[in-house]
Parts: sequence; C-alpha cells; structure tokens
Amino acid sequence: MSDHAHPNYLAIFWILLAVTIVEVGYSFLKVPRAVLIGGLVLLAGFKALLVALYFMHLKFERKTLGIIVGSTLILGVILVSVGIGEHVLPKP
Amino acid sequence: MSSHAVAHEHALEPPSATGIPHDKMGMWVFLCSEVMFFTGLIGSYIVLRFASPSWPHPGNTLNIWLTALNTFILICSSVTMVKALESVRNGDLAKLKLFLSMTLLGGSIFLSIQVYEYRHLLHAGFNPHGSLFGSVFYTTTGFHGFHVFCGVVCMAFVTGKAFLGKYTQAHHQGVETIGLYWHFVDLVWIILFTIIYLF
Repeated sequence: MSDHAHPNYLAIFWILLAVTIVEVGYSFLKVPRAVLIGGLVLLAGFKALLVALYFMHLKFERKTLGIIVGSTLILGVILVSVGIGEHVLPKP
Repeated sequence: MSSHAVAHEHALEPPSATGIPHDKMGMWVFLCSEVMFFTGLIGSYIVLRFASPSWPHPGNTLNIWLTALNTFILICSSVTMVKALESVRNGDLAKLKLFLSMTLLGGSIFLSIQVYEYRHLLHAGFNPHGSLFGSVFYTTTGFHGFHVFCGVVCMAFVTGKAFLGKYTQAHHQGVETIGLYWHFVDLVWIILFTIIYLF
C-alpha cells in the first residue's frame, strides 16, 4: 500500500451507515420485485466496493493484486449469472 | 524506533517478486478462494430461490431490525480495525491496542447477537430442516458466523501480541493481514444481509 494513502475512514463509515439505513427502508417499499431486487443489489454492491477499495486498501495497492482479485470476481459473477440465466432465459 | 532499526527489520523480510509482502499476498489468495466459496453458497441460494414457486417474505420470519443493528456493529468493527492499522503505522501503539480490543469486542457482540437470533428462531420453530428457506438461511449465515468466529479467535491472538509489544511501526504485518480477513468478513455480511434478509 502507498505510504501516502490516508482515506477518511470515518466519512466512509457514515456513508456505509447511511446506505444501510436506506437499504432497510427501501426493502419495505411497495415497488415491483425486479426494481426492489435491482436497487438492493446496487446498494449492497456499492457498500461492498467501498469496503474493498478503502478499508482493504485495494484502491492503493499494486495493479497485480487488482488483477488477481478482479479475475476472481469475474469468475464469481459468471458462476452466479449462469444460475440466474437458467431461470430467467426462455427455455428452448 | 531509529531509522537504522527500521531498515534492519525491513532487511529481515524475504524479498517478494510481486513487491507485495508474502503474508499479505497469501491472505489475498486465500480470500480469493473464499470469494468462490461464498459465491457457491450465494449462487445456490439464487438458483433455489428462483426455482421455488413461492418463497416466504424474510421479514415475516426474521428480525430485520436486530440484524440491521448487527450489520451496524460489524461495520463499526471494520472501522476500528482500519483505525488500528492506521495507528500502528503512525507509531501510536496505545491506540493500536485500544482499536484492536474494540474490534474484538465488536466481533464478539456480533456473534452473541447471532447466537441469540438462532436460539429465538429455533424456539419459534424455524429450523434448518423445516423448509428450503430455513436450510439456505442457516447454511449461509452459519458459514459466515463460523468465519466471524475464526476471525475473533485470530483477532484475540493478534490483540494479545499487541499487548505484549510484539508490533512496532516498522513491523506490523500481522495487523494488516488479520485486518484484510476481517474486512472481507464484513464485506460478505453486507451482501448476505441484503440478499437473505431484505429480498
């Protein structure tokens, strides 16, 4: 990690807290299921990204590490997408 | 610590071809395998849920607000963990001990609340073999809880070492390594809380 990386951890904490409150409130809204799930996934993804980039310092690490972690995430997304696709895509 | 002593401690560390310390690289590779482990669990949950003709609303069975509080506690423990690392990098060993102890406390409270939640749910008849939802719920949150438990045990070890004065401004790789694991556990919970409790 770079010696010059000093993120404002408390600011990130407040953002995480605020997004968590928004998430819980949003989950009680009467909106179409797809909109609800899409919104919640986006909010959770945003929170996870903040933790990875700033608390785990991925933003300040060498590119090598980013490539290793990024490759794993891509494989993970493919794995989950195949599972979803089986049910969402029209059957032949 | 003098610059000579700092240089000496760095000289003790074996060289790394990637420029990333070996323990840190090892932890990241381990975390990548953990990503695939939890992706498997989450993927199974999604497949089972989409395949089910009906799925109970989690809010009717689970205590959303209690778990939201638990999520808040875990996020707080992530902040104290990163502050512990920042403290030791700045050479403030008193704050290192304080923040590590707070992280340990946060993890222990999280586990205690999860045990309380399980006891309450089991008493109410919501068990792992009663329904698909129950099976998925206990499997995913149970494995995560086990990871938190392992993290708390390791955190206790690292905190003990901090109190014994084993970490210095120049030598604190153990703090960074356990910190990575701890933030990962927090990150996974952020995802699990959303998909298990709020969908």
